[in-house]
Amino acid sequence: MAENVAVKEPAVKEPYVMTGVVCPYCGVTCDDLEVRVENGKITEVKNACVLGKDTFLHHLEGLSTPRLYGKPATVDECIDAASEILAKAKYPLIYGLDSTELGAQRKSIELAELIGANIDHTSSVCHAPSYQAVMTVGIPTCTSGETKNRADLVIFWGCNPAEAHPRHATRYSVTVKGMFTPKGKKDRMVIQVDVRPTPTTRIADAFIQMKPNSDYEVISALRALVKGHELQQAEVGGIPVDELKALVEKMKSAKFGIVYWGMGLTQTRGKYMNLVALLKLAQDLNQFTKFSCAAMRGHGNVVGMAQVLTWQTGFPFHVNMSRGYPRFNPGEFSVVDMLARKEVDAALVIAGDAIGNFPGSLAEHLKSIPLIAIDPKESDTTRVADIVIPSAQGAIAAGGMAYRMDHIPLMFKKVVDSPYPSDREILERIIAKIKAIKSRGNGAPAPVGKG
Amino acid sequence: MPDTQFILITGRSTKQGKSVHLGKEAQEYRDEVSTLQMNLKDIEALGLQDGVQARVKSNYGSIVVTLKKTDIPQGIVFIPYGELSNALIGPDTQATGMPDSKGITVEVERHG
Repeated sequence: MAENVAVKEPAVKEPYVMTGVVCPYCGVTCDDLEVRVENGKITEVKNACVLGKDTFLHHLEGLSTPRLYGKPATVDECIDAASEILAKAKYPLIYGLDSTELGAQRKSIELAELIGANIDHTSSVCHAPSYQAVMTVGIPTCTSGETKNRADLVIFWGCNPAEAHPRHATRYSVTVKGMFTPKGKKDRMVIQVDVRPTPTTRIADAFIQMKPNSDYEVISALRALVKGHELQQAEVGGIPVDELKALVEKMKSAKFGIVYWGMGLTQTRGKYMNLVALLKLAQDLNQFTKFSCAAMRGHGNVVGMAQVLTWQTGFPFHVNMSRGYPRFNPGEFSVVDMLARKEVDAALVIAGDAIGNFPGSLAEHLKSIPLIAIDPKESDTTRVADIVIPSAQGAIAAGGMAYRMDHIPLMFKKVVDSPYPSDREILERIIAKIKAIKSRGNGAPAPVGKG
Repeated sequence: MPDTQFILITGRSTKQGKSVHLGKEAQEYRDEVSTLQMNLKDIEALGLQDGVQARVKSNYGSIVVTLKKTDIPQGIVFIPYGELSNALIGPDTQATGMPDSKGITVEVERHG
């Protein structure tokens, strides 16, 4: 069993170096890492940023252990207990899923259909409003490679890539030399729009500071100016109108412009309406030049879950399977709202830290219901979960597909061995066990949905 | 807005992203997610000093942080997100699914 394997000597003792390793930390999903492994431990990482480097170098720190109601248990016992809980639950929740690979994401949807669960993922509290806006008005977008090769105007709006996506600037958007941007930074104008200066301000040519919660107003003012209207006000959202006019001129005169946005737009007043305005602004600008926009995504495969969920159910998040077919509704089936209304009666959190990232009051409900956590590392969720199932960390100890922030698929490599099964294997075993429970051992097919 | 009220922004920082790999129990991580960035003029206006502890209150909760002076504009405070900062965030999403994690009003006051 897995626990016995845990103390086994690593299979490969000779040091080895893997190249072309794909990093799972942020949505830039760099695919050029070189990782050296000695005795089952990663000892050197080349080409990664400080965040990616530490993801690999500290892969053995803070690991979780299999536990059943606070007591040490085997992985098998934990999987059996988790299956019993999920099979019995009337309105279960499956959540997390963005720090793993596509195969596990597919299995999570299969499980949701089997038990009639609500399924949502960490995009729910980061870029869900962005997708809601894309569903509303569409998006003119491009790959990161197009930005590298073509963009002579790059705007970072409400995002801080210098801290959250450290290699975005050198790989795609600021200093990198491209086909039509051969001089790199000299061929690009970089503008940051934010409520506060950040380390990104240092890599930008200009910083436009606005008042918090005024993005919708500012973008609407820009749209009016793009359409040739005059504004009566002297300033909008704390920005002088002359400064907005100068920005509009830069946008219209660029050969290829792109706006990258972050949580400064999705988590503030206006939510998806901020993005509706921004996407419409980019569309308006295509009357004058080529203009794109793209979300700065937070995890290595955060796009993957939305991709898989969309292709399998038609919706990118907030999906409810309780009737045996998928239904979608923000506010109703979104994880934060369901927990706030104390609706779900059991939760499976996998490859994400719900307790660590949700509004504090929601933790109380999660702690009051049967809570299952599948995570390679201890987190705020594993600390309070009834059942903790350790897994092999995706992109380090488990391979699989991932989608980069610009929706380009890449292959996570398995760099080291883990004594624990992958997220995908754990979900497969839970699915098999629940099917057995539902058929009551008589081999009858499992009922659809809640049955 | 009263002088003790500020607009709170929660978000990522490099230190938070780096130290999380040491584990969420690691001191380095705990220190980073309990540090509130504030303009020195605001810190002094409250009669406090750089590096001291302060209490931050919202409509939903209250936490104790260590103040750190930065070039953040006056009237705005920033904290790297984590379980601590989330105590200040309310569950209302206005039916969008997204709570107000940035741009909320908080009170900052002396602790102890």
